[in-house]
Amino acid sequence: MVLAGATFAGEIPRAERRSGYDFMSRETRAMQDDDTVNPGMLAVLEGGTLWARKTGAAGRACADCHGDASAGMKGVAARYPAFDAALKRPVNLEQRINLCRVDRQRAPPLAYESRELLALTAYVGRQSRGLPIDVVVDARTQPFLENGRAAFYRRQGQLNLACSQCHDDNWGRRLAGNAIPQAHPTGYPVYRLEWQSLGSLQRRLRNCLVGIRAEGYEYGAPELVELELFLMWRARGMTMETPGVRP
Amino acid sequence: MRFAAVLVAACCGLGAASGDPANAQDSIPTSLTGAKGDPVRGRAIITSRQVGLCLLCHSGPFPEERFQGNLAPDLAGAGKRWSEGQLRLRIVDSSRINPATIMPAYHRTDGLLRVAPAWRDKPVLNAEQIEDVVAFLTTLKD
Repeated sequence: MVLAGATFAGEIPRAERRSGYDFMSRETRAMQDDDTVNPGMLAVLEGGTLWARKTGAAGRACADCHGDASAGMKGVAARYPAFDAALKRPVNLEQRINLCRVDRQRAPPLAYESRELLALTAYVGRQSRGLPIDVVVDARTQPFLENGRAAFYRRQGQLNLACSQCHDDNWGRRLAGNAIPQAHPTGYPVYRLEWQSLGSLQRRLRNCLVGIRAEGYEYGAPELVELELFLMWRARGMTMETPGVRP
Repeated sequence: MRFAAVLVAACCGLGAASGDPANAQDSIPTSLTGAKGDPVRGRAIITSRQVGLCLLCHSGPFPEERFQGNLAPDLAGAGKRWSEGQLRLRIVDSSRINPATIMPAYHRTDGLLRVAPAWRDKPVLNAEQIEDVVAFLTTLKD
Protein backbone atom coordinates (compact mmCIF):
# COMPACT_ATOMS: atom_id res chain seq x y z
CA MET A 1 0.00 0.00 0.00
CA VAL A 2 2.79 2.40 0.87
CA LEU A 3 4.59 1.93 -2.40
CA ALA A 4 1.56 1.80 -4.63
CA GLY A 5 0.90 5.53 -4.45
CA ALA A 6 4.47 6.44 -5.15
CA THR A 7 5.13 4.65 -8.38
CA PHE A 8 2.92 6.49 -10.80
CA ALA A 9 1.39 9.91 -11.09
CA GLY A 10 -2.21 10.34 -12.13
CA GLU A 11 -5.55 8.94 -11.13
CA ILE A 12 -5.61 6.17 -8.55
CA PRO A 13 -6.80 2.88 -10.08
CA ARG A 14 -10.21 1.92 -8.74
CA ALA A 15 -8.93 -1.26 -7.10
CA GLU A 16 -6.42 0.78 -5.08
CA ARG A 17 -8.81 3.39 -3.76
CA ARG A 18 -8.95 3.57 0.02
CA SER A 19 -11.09 5.54 2.39
CA GLY A 20 -9.29 7.72 4.91
CA TYR A 21 -10.71 5.23 7.39
CA ASP A 22 -8.17 2.63 6.21
CA PHE A 23 -5.27 4.91 7.17
CA MET A 24 -6.52 5.48 10.73
CA SER A 25 -5.38 3.86 13.95
CA ARG A 26 -7.38 0.97 15.36
CA GLU A 27 -8.64 3.25 18.14
CA THR A 28 -9.93 5.93 15.76
CA ARG A 29 -11.61 3.33 13.57
CA ALA A 30 -13.29 1.87 16.65
CA MET A 31 -14.55 5.34 17.56
CA GLN A 32 -16.21 5.72 14.16
CA ASP A 33 -17.63 2.20 14.17
CA ASP A 34 -19.37 2.35 17.52
CA ASP A 35 -22.41 4.64 17.43
CA THR A 36 -22.35 4.97 21.21
CA VAL A 37 -18.89 6.61 21.14
CA ASN A 38 -18.83 8.23 17.67
CA PRO A 39 -19.07 11.96 18.54
CA GLY A 40 -20.73 12.62 15.19
CA MET A 41 -23.77 10.66 16.34
CA LEU A 42 -24.62 13.45 18.79
CA ALA A 43 -25.03 15.75 15.80
CA VAL A 44 -27.08 13.13 13.98
CA LEU A 45 -29.44 12.93 16.97
CA GLU A 46 -29.72 16.71 17.13
CA GLY A 47 -30.32 16.77 13.38
CA GLY A 48 -33.20 14.35 13.84
CA THR A 49 -34.80 16.75 16.29
CA LEU A 50 -34.33 19.69 13.92
CA TRP A 51 -35.75 17.64 11.05
CA ALA A 52 -39.06 17.35 12.90
CA ARG A 53 -39.22 20.91 14.26
CA LYS A 54 -41.51 23.44 12.58
CA THR A 55 -39.68 26.65 11.76
CA GLY A 56 -39.78 29.82 9.65
CA ALA A 57 -42.69 31.96 8.51
CA ALA A 58 -44.19 28.92 6.80
CA GLY A 59 -44.30 27.04 10.10
CA ARG A 60 -43.12 23.91 8.35
CA ALA A 61 -40.71 21.16 9.37
CA CYS A 62 -38.43 19.29 6.99
CA ALA A 63 -40.48 16.22 7.86
CA ASP A 64 -43.72 17.89 6.74
CA CYS A 65 -42.54 17.73 3.13
CA HIS A 66 -39.97 14.91 3.18
CA GLY A 67 -41.52 12.61 5.76
CA ASP A 68 -39.45 9.96 7.43
CA ALA A 69 -35.82 10.71 6.56
CA SER A 70 -34.81 7.06 6.80
CA ALA A 71 -36.90 6.50 3.68
CA GLY A 72 -36.99 9.83 1.85
CA MET A 73 -33.39 10.85 2.43
CA LYS A 74 -31.85 7.46 1.79
CA GLY A 75 -29.02 7.87 -0.73
CA VAL A 76 -29.55 11.61 -1.14
CA ALA A 77 -26.25 12.76 0.42
CA ALA A 78 -24.40 10.26 -1.76
CA ARG A 79 -25.59 12.24 -4.81
CA TYR A 80 -24.39 15.70 -3.70
CA PRO A 81 -23.23 18.18 -4.92
CA ALA A 82 -26.17 18.11 -7.33
CA PHE A 83 -27.34 20.48 -10.07
CA ASP A 84 -29.85 23.14 -9.04
CA ALA A 85 -32.00 24.13 -11.99
CA ALA A 86 -32.87 27.58 -10.63
CA LEU A 87 -29.28 28.53 -9.80
CA LYS A 88 -27.96 26.75 -12.91
CA ARG A 89 -25.03 25.32 -10.98
CA PRO A 90 -24.31 22.50 -8.55
CA VAL A 91 -25.03 23.04 -4.87
CA ASN A 92 -23.69 21.01 -1.98
CA LEU A 93 -25.82 19.42 0.71
CA GLU A 94 -25.48 22.35 3.10
CA GLN A 95 -26.60 24.73 0.36
CA ARG A 96 -29.53 22.43 -0.53
CA ILE A 97 -30.68 22.47 3.10
CA ASN A 98 -30.44 26.24 3.22
CA LEU A 99 -32.32 26.62 -0.09
CA CYS A 100 -35.10 24.55 1.42
CA ARG A 101 -35.11 26.68 4.55
CA VAL A 102 -35.34 29.93 2.62
CA ASP A 103 -37.73 28.82 -0.15
CA ARG A 104 -39.99 26.33 1.64
CA GLN A 105 -39.79 27.16 5.34
CA ARG A 106 -39.23 30.87 4.82
CA ALA A 107 -36.58 30.84 7.51
CA PRO A 108 -33.20 32.56 7.43
CA PRO A 109 -30.34 30.39 6.11
CA LEU A 110 -28.17 28.70 8.69
CA ALA A 111 -24.54 29.86 8.88
CA TYR A 112 -21.90 27.57 7.41
CA GLU A 113 -20.32 25.38 10.12
CA SER A 114 -23.08 26.32 12.57
CA ARG A 115 -24.12 23.59 14.92
CA GLU A 116 -27.60 23.40 13.38
CA LEU A 117 -26.45 23.19 9.76
CA LEU A 118 -23.84 20.54 10.59
CA ALA A 119 -26.46 18.61 12.56
CA LEU A 120 -28.98 18.60 9.71
CA THR A 121 -26.24 17.71 7.21
CA ALA A 122 -25.01 14.87 9.43
CA TYR A 123 -28.58 13.62 9.87
CA VAL A 124 -29.28 13.59 6.13
CA GLY A 125 -25.80 12.17 5.50
CA ARG A 126 -26.40 9.37 7.98
CA GLN A 127 -29.28 8.13 5.83
CA SER A 128 -26.72 7.29 3.12
CA ARG A 129 -24.28 5.42 5.34
CA GLY A 130 -23.31 2.17 3.65
CA LEU A 131 -24.48 3.32 0.21
CA PRO A 132 -22.19 4.01 -2.76
CA ILE A 133 -21.26 7.56 -3.71
CA ASP A 134 -23.20 8.34 -6.88
CA VAL A 135 -22.99 11.96 -8.06
CA VAL A 136 -24.68 12.63 -11.38
CA VAL A 137 -22.39 13.70 -14.19
CA ASP A 138 -24.27 14.94 -17.22
CA ALA A 139 -24.13 17.79 -19.69
CA ARG A 140 -25.21 20.22 -16.98
CA THR A 141 -22.70 19.23 -14.30
CA GLN A 142 -19.77 18.27 -16.53
CA PRO A 143 -18.33 21.80 -16.90
CA PHE A 144 -18.34 22.26 -13.13
CA LEU A 145 -16.74 18.87 -12.63
CA GLU A 146 -14.01 19.86 -15.07
CA ASN A 147 -13.39 23.09 -13.13
CA GLY A 148 -13.01 21.02 -9.97
CA ARG A 149 -10.67 18.61 -11.71
CA ALA A 150 -8.51 21.49 -12.96
CA ALA A 151 -8.33 22.89 -9.43
CA PHE A 152 -7.27 19.49 -8.06
CA TYR A 153 -4.32 19.32 -10.44
CA ARG A 154 -3.36 23.04 -10.22
CA ARG A 155 -0.23 23.89 -8.29
CA GLN A 156 -0.93 26.86 -6.06
CA GLY A 157 0.13 28.79 -2.99
CA GLN A 158 3.57 29.78 -1.79
CA LEU A 159 4.46 26.08 -1.47
CA ASN A 160 3.32 25.54 -5.07
CA LEU A 161 1.52 22.28 -4.41
CA ALA A 162 -1.45 20.67 -6.17
CA CYS A 163 -3.91 18.48 -4.30
CA SER A 164 -2.89 15.66 -6.63
CA GLN A 165 0.78 15.77 -5.62
CA CYS A 166 -0.08 14.58 -2.14
CA HIS A 167 -3.34 12.67 -2.64
CA ASP A 168 -2.74 10.96 -6.01
CA ASP A 169 1.04 10.70 -6.09
CA ASN A 170 2.07 10.26 -2.45
CA TRP A 171 -0.85 8.74 -0.57
CA GLY A 172 0.20 6.26 2.08
CA ARG A 173 3.46 8.10 2.72
CA ARG A 174 3.90 10.23 5.81
CA LEU A 175 3.62 14.00 5.87
CA ALA A 176 5.35 14.67 9.19
CA GLY A 177 3.71 12.02 11.37
CA ASN A 178 0.52 11.55 9.41
CA ALA A 179 -0.29 9.08 6.67
CA ILE A 180 -1.48 11.00 3.60
CA PRO A 181 -4.94 9.75 2.65
CA GLN A 182 -6.34 9.67 -0.87
CA ALA A 183 -8.79 12.52 -0.20
CA HIS A 184 -12.04 10.66 -0.76
CA PRO A 185 -14.85 12.55 1.00
CA THR A 186 -16.66 9.45 2.25
CA GLY A 187 -17.61 10.55 5.75
CA TYR A 188 -18.58 14.23 5.79
CA PRO A 189 -19.45 15.99 7.91
CA VAL A 190 -16.69 14.34 9.96
CA TYR A 191 -15.73 14.58 13.58
CA ARG A 192 -12.06 15.49 13.31
CA LEU A 193 -9.96 14.87 16.41
CA GLU A 194 -7.68 17.77 15.45
CA TRP A 195 -10.70 20.10 15.44
CA GLN A 196 -12.37 18.54 18.46
CA SER A 197 -15.58 19.13 16.56
CA LEU A 198 -17.68 18.21 13.58
CA GLY A 199 -16.85 20.01 10.35
CA SER A 200 -17.72 20.09 6.68
CA LEU A 201 -15.69 19.07 3.65
CA GLN A 202 -15.29 22.76 2.82
CA ARG A 203 -13.70 23.35 6.23
CA ARG A 204 -11.24 20.56 5.47
CA LEU A 205 -10.46 21.97 2.01
CA ARG A 206 -9.84 25.39 3.51
CA ASN A 207 -7.41 23.80 6.01
CA CYS A 208 -5.40 22.29 3.15
CA LEU A 209 -5.29 25.66 1.35
CA VAL A 210 -3.87 27.26 4.50
CA GLY A 211 -1.30 24.46 4.66
CA ILE A 212 0.01 25.17 1.18
CA ARG A 213 -0.17 28.91 1.90
CA ALA A 214 -2.72 29.56 -0.83
CA GLU A 215 -5.53 32.09 -0.91
CA GLY A 216 -8.67 30.74 0.71
CA TYR A 217 -12.25 30.71 -0.52
CA GLU A 218 -15.35 31.78 1.36
CA TYR A 219 -17.64 29.00 2.52
CA GLY A 220 -20.06 28.22 -0.27
CA ALA A 221 -17.76 29.62 -2.98
CA PRO A 222 -18.45 28.02 -6.38
CA GLU A 223 -14.79 26.95 -6.58
CA LEU A 224 -15.14 24.89 -3.40
CA VAL A 225 -18.40 23.30 -4.58
CA GLU A 226 -16.72 22.38 -7.88
CA LEU A 227 -13.85 20.77 -6.00
CA GLU A 228 -16.35 18.89 -3.82
CA LEU A 229 -18.11 17.68 -6.97
CA PHE A 230 -14.85 16.47 -8.47
CA LEU A 231 -13.81 14.71 -5.25
CA MET A 232 -17.18 12.97 -4.95
CA TRP A 233 -16.97 11.89 -8.59
CA ARG A 234 -13.41 10.70 -7.98
CA ALA A 235 -14.76 8.62 -5.07
CA ARG A 236 -17.72 7.31 -7.09
CA GLY A 237 -18.84 3.91 -5.92
CA MET A 238 -17.05 4.18 -2.58
CA THR A 239 -19.11 3.65 0.54
CA MET A 240 -20.56 6.56 2.53
CA GLU A 241 -19.52 6.52 6.20
CA THR A 242 -21.26 9.63 7.56
CA PRO A 243 -20.70 10.59 10.30
CA GLY A 244 -17.01 9.75 9.86
CA VAL A 245 -14.27 10.23 12.44
CA ARG A 246 -10.84 11.39 11.30
CA PRO A 247 -7.56 12.17 13.12
CA MET B 1 18.42 40.29 -0.67
CA ARG B 2 16.18 39.30 -3.52
CA PHE B 3 18.24 41.56 -5.75
CA ALA B 4 21.36 39.69 -4.71
CA ALA B 5 19.69 36.40 -5.52
CA VAL B 6 18.65 37.62 -8.95
CA LEU B 7 22.16 38.87 -9.59
CA VAL B 8 23.65 35.52 -8.66
CA ALA B 9 21.11 33.70 -10.77
CA ALA B 10 21.87 35.93 -13.75
CA CYS B 11 25.63 35.37 -13.35
CA CYS B 12 25.05 31.64 -13.39
CA GLY B 13 22.84 31.71 -16.46
CA LEU B 14 19.78 30.91 -14.37
CA GLY B 15 17.84 34.07 -15.09
CA ALA B 16 15.10 34.47 -17.65
CA ALA B 17 16.12 31.35 -19.54
CA SER B 18 16.04 29.13 -16.46
CA GLY B 19 13.00 27.23 -17.71
CA ASP B 20 14.91 26.04 -20.76
CA PRO B 21 16.52 22.66 -20.05
CA ALA B 22 19.31 23.48 -22.48
CA ASN B 23 20.37 26.28 -20.15
CA ALA B 24 19.74 24.42 -16.91
CA GLN B 25 22.69 24.32 -14.58
CA ASP B 26 23.22 21.93 -11.74
CA SER B 27 24.55 24.39 -9.23
CA ILE B 28 24.49 27.91 -7.79
CA PRO B 29 28.15 28.03 -6.79
CA THR B 30 28.22 31.35 -4.95
CA SER B 31 26.51 32.47 -1.75
CA LEU B 32 23.28 34.42 -2.20
CA THR B 33 24.45 36.87 0.46
CA GLY B 34 28.16 36.91 -0.31
CA ALA B 35 28.77 35.41 3.15
CA LYS B 36 28.91 31.96 4.65
CA GLY B 37 25.81 30.75 6.44
CA ASP B 38 25.54 29.66 10.05
CA PRO B 39 25.03 25.89 10.36
CA VAL B 40 23.53 26.15 13.86
CA ARG B 41 20.84 28.50 12.63
CA GLY B 42 20.43 26.29 9.57
CA ARG B 43 19.68 23.25 11.70
CA ALA B 44 17.06 25.23 13.63
CA ILE B 45 15.41 26.34 10.37
CA ILE B 46 15.30 22.78 9.06
CA THR B 47 13.68 21.37 12.19
CA SER B 48 11.15 24.20 12.53
CA ARG B 49 7.65 23.18 11.40
CA GLN B 50 6.80 26.83 10.79
CA VAL B 51 9.97 28.11 9.10
CA GLY B 52 11.83 25.49 7.07
CA LEU B 53 9.01 22.91 6.96
CA CYS B 54 11.66 20.42 5.76
CA LEU B 55 10.72 17.59 8.12
CA LEU B 56 7.12 17.56 6.87
CA CYS B 57 8.46 15.72 3.80
CA HIS B 58 12.05 14.71 4.65
CA SER B 59 13.51 12.64 7.45
CA GLY B 60 16.98 13.35 8.72
CA PRO B 61 19.47 12.87 11.53
CA PHE B 62 17.42 14.76 14.10
CA PRO B 63 16.86 12.23 16.88
CA GLU B 64 14.93 14.70 19.04
CA GLU B 65 12.34 15.33 16.32
CA ARG B 66 9.34 13.03 16.23
CA PHE B 67 7.04 12.81 13.23
CA GLN B 68 9.39 13.21 10.28
CA GLY B 69 8.07 12.79 6.75
CA ASN B 70 9.01 10.23 4.14
CA LEU B 71 7.88 11.63 0.81
CA ALA B 72 11.30 12.94 -0.04
CA PRO B 73 14.91 11.71 0.27
CA ASP B 74 16.43 11.36 3.74
CA LEU B 75 18.64 14.36 4.48
CA ALA B 76 21.31 12.16 6.05
CA GLY B 77 24.38 12.25 3.81
CA ALA B 78 23.10 15.22 1.79
CA GLY B 79 26.47 16.91 2.20
CA LYS B 80 28.21 13.90 0.73
CA ARG B 81 25.81 13.45 -2.20
CA TRP B 82 25.77 17.10 -3.24
CA SER B 83 28.22 19.97 -3.37
CA GLU B 84 27.42 23.24 -1.62
CA GLY B 85 26.38 24.80 -4.93
CA GLN B 86 24.19 21.84 -5.86
CA LEU B 87 22.45 22.01 -2.48
CA ARG B 88 21.89 25.75 -2.90
CA LEU B 89 20.22 25.30 -6.29
CA ARG B 90 18.04 22.44 -5.01
CA ILE B 91 16.72 24.61 -2.19
CA VAL B 92 16.41 27.87 -4.13
CA ASP B 93 14.42 26.26 -6.94
CA SER B 94 14.44 22.52 -7.36
CA SER B 95 12.13 22.83 -10.36
CA ARG B 96 15.08 24.01 -12.46
CA ILE B 97 16.34 20.43 -12.27
CA ASN B 98 12.99 18.66 -12.37
CA PRO B 99 9.98 20.79 -13.37
CA ALA B 100 7.59 18.20 -11.90
CA THR B 101 9.26 18.03 -8.48
CA ILE B 102 6.98 18.20 -5.47
CA MET B 103 9.62 20.25 -3.64
CA PRO B 104 8.62 23.90 -3.28
CA ALA B 105 11.04 26.52 -4.57
CA TYR B 106 12.30 28.08 -1.36
CA HIS B 107 13.66 31.26 -2.89
CA ARG B 108 11.46 32.14 -5.83
CA THR B 109 8.38 34.34 -5.90
CA ASP B 110 7.43 34.35 -9.58
CA GLY B 111 5.35 31.77 -11.40
CA LEU B 112 3.18 31.01 -8.36
CA LEU B 113 -0.63 31.02 -8.36
CA ARG B 114 -3.05 32.15 -5.66
CA VAL B 115 -0.48 32.82 -2.96
CA ALA B 116 -2.17 33.82 0.32
CA PRO B 117 -1.86 37.56 1.02
CA ALA B 118 0.37 37.02 4.07
CA TRP B 119 2.99 35.23 1.92
CA ARG B 120 2.65 37.13 -1.36
CA ASP B 121 5.92 38.25 -2.97
CA LYS B 122 7.89 36.63 -0.15
CA PRO B 123 10.08 33.58 -0.69
CA VAL B 124 9.68 30.69 1.78
CA LEU B 125 13.20 31.45 3.06
CA ASN B 126 15.19 34.64 2.58
CA ALA B 127 18.74 34.59 1.21
CA GLU B 128 20.36 34.53 4.63
CA GLN B 129 18.19 31.59 5.72
CA ILE B 130 19.02 29.74 2.50
CA GLU B 131 22.73 30.14 3.26
CA ASP B 132 22.22 28.94 6.84
CA VAL B 133 20.42 25.81 5.60
CA VAL B 134 23.09 25.17 2.95
CA ALA B 135 25.82 25.60 5.58
CA PHE B 136 24.16 22.99 7.78
CA LEU B 137 23.39 20.48 5.03
CA THR B 138 27.01 20.48 3.85
CA THR B 139 27.93 19.14 7.31
CA LEU B 140 25.75 16.03 6.81
CA LYS B 141 28.47 13.75 5.48
CA ASP B 142 27.19 10.42 6.82
